[in-house]
Amino acid sequence: MLLWHRLVGAQVRSQLQYRISFVLDLVGAFLISFVDFLAVLVIFHNVLRLGTWNVHEVALLYALSTISFAFTDLLVGHLDQFPQKIRDGNFDILLARPRGTLFQVVASDFQLRRLGRAVQGVAVLVFALDGLQLHWTVGRLAMLLVTIPSAVVIFASVWVVGSCLAFWTTDGGEFTNAFTYGGTFLAQYPIDILSSWLRRFLAYIVPLAFVAYFPALYILDKPDPLGLPRALEFAAPFVALVGVGVARTAWRFAVRHYRSAGG
Amino acid sequence: MIEVEQLTKTFVVRRGRLRRERHVVEAVRGISFTVARGELLGYLGPNGAGKSTTIKMLTGILVPSSGRVQVAGLDPSRRRVQLAQRIGAMFGQRVQLWWDLPLADSFELLRHIYRVPADRHRANLARFREVLELDPFLQTPVRQLSLGQRIRGELTAAMLHDPELLFLDEPTIGLDVVAKQRVRDFLIEINRERGVTVLLTTHDLGDIERLCTRLLVIDHGTLIWDGGIADLKARYGGERTLVVDLEEPAAPLDVEGAEVERVEGPRQWLRFRGPAAELTTRVAATARLVDLQIAEPDIEEIVRRIYSSGG
Repeated sequence: MLLWHRLVGAQVRSQLQYRISFVLDLVGAFLISFVDFLAVLVIFHNVLRLGTWNVHEVALLYALSTISFAFTDLLVGHLDQFPQKIRDGNFDILLARPRGTLFQVVASDFQLRRLGRAVQGVAVLVFALDGLQLHWTVGRLAMLLVTIPSAVVIFASVWVVGSCLAFWTTDGGEFTNAFTYGGTFLAQYPIDILSSWLRRFLAYIVPLAFVAYFPALYILDKPDPLGLPRALEFAAPFVALVGVGVARTAWRFAVRHYRSAGG
Repeated sequence: MIEVEQLTKTFVVRRGRLRRERHVVEAVRGISFTVARGELLGYLGPNGAGKSTTIKMLTGILVPSSGRVQVAGLDPSRRRVQLAQRIGAMFGQRVQLWWDLPLADSFELLRHIYRVPADRHRANLARFREVLELDPFLQTPVRQLSLGQRIRGELTAAMLHDPELLFLDEPTIGLDVVAKQRVRDFLIEINRERGVTVLLTTHDLGDIERLCTRLLVIDHGTLIWDGGIADLKARYGGERTLVVDLEEPAAPLDVEGAEVERVEGPRQWLRFRGPAAELTTRVAATARLVDLQIAEPDIEEIVRRIYSSGG
């Protein structure tokens, strides 16, 4: 943890050296992700409800998913360039150092500008809460505070598992993106509007329904249009734990394969 | 320091787009050697001969298919993290420094990665700054360094945690004469003063001649030479080639002390031993010369000769 702090700190310092360029990057990240939300607004310009969900309810889903993904991107976003590391052999350098490889990969590049997306997510959250006029109970607040870190961990686990493919394919990057960037996109919408196989896939295989959908049901005190057990609303932290286990195992397996097959 | 016994590494390569055929490639085939503490030895061979694969097995990056390896008393593939603490590695074409950070920051981060005590780090860095003359670019981001400056940075990075053993893959590739000399001096110093065992791969005969006392040559995954430089040169490297351009095509020249290897129009290749001056005079006396040059056998050539003679 201390080492992470140092590795990341050095990069943040160097990024902040060029103030104007950093601010532009941040604004750019904010605006690009804002276009996503415009899409939501366009839909609701034409329809009043999406399934049983109104615009502010969908905005809540969107905000939960976006804020969590922004932090995931900030923490492990470098996995995006990971296939490149395998291809040019620079992964070997990490193996020649006395530290864990996954840790070194994610700490080797930290882009503070990715916070721009989180800023946008918070803006949408304010919009959602303003429209919903919820009565804030301890339970709702706790759910909001627990959901975001759990969702970050779930997203990160999916990302790590997806990145493991790079050890076999060396250019599976796009395939992985379908689950990470594509996954956030899906998690921004209520899953009951999706076809049933896609819904099951999101709930049980790539567990992105726990990122926003189930916690939002609790916060909104909304009956599940799908009639799934209410216990699922509290499952995010447990799903996150399972995710960490799966991701660790997958990564270890992949590195072992790499070391015996030689990339 | 290093013990290798019957070390083998095979890869499965799949070829073809639709009908994928499996090919088993033996990158390293049952090599054995030992390296004593404090040795400085060269490891060479043509591209694809198995050099990098061997080094990757010695550093624990790759797991051997069969055979036994011990480095600093550890099994590299099982004790990768522990071993990494005790060895240094530099791969000439790879970057282990942080691209966007000043060189000094990279060193500081490596100090934490390797858990080097602050005073030890300071003393080492001070020494390397002096020997490798790092001060002019210590605060420059790595992406702005010249190749020579970056290699000096990489060498420092590989040495900051006081490794007992240093693996260098092509440390002087692409460097100019001055930078090359600086790197060589540095290697001699750390070998003599700190007793660091160094194993380097190179294509540069100069590196080998100035640095190493012992040489391992690998080709097609098999060790074909393990011995001193002097022996090697006496056996395979003593011959040079005089290339002469005559005014017009002629029959192979008959000159004492040389043997014509090849004729191509007015150009002839003569293999000889000993000083070139006498031979040149003799050639000039028998034919009308336009131009001439002397080709030193490069390491590839020597390797080819060893290989064709079956070791």
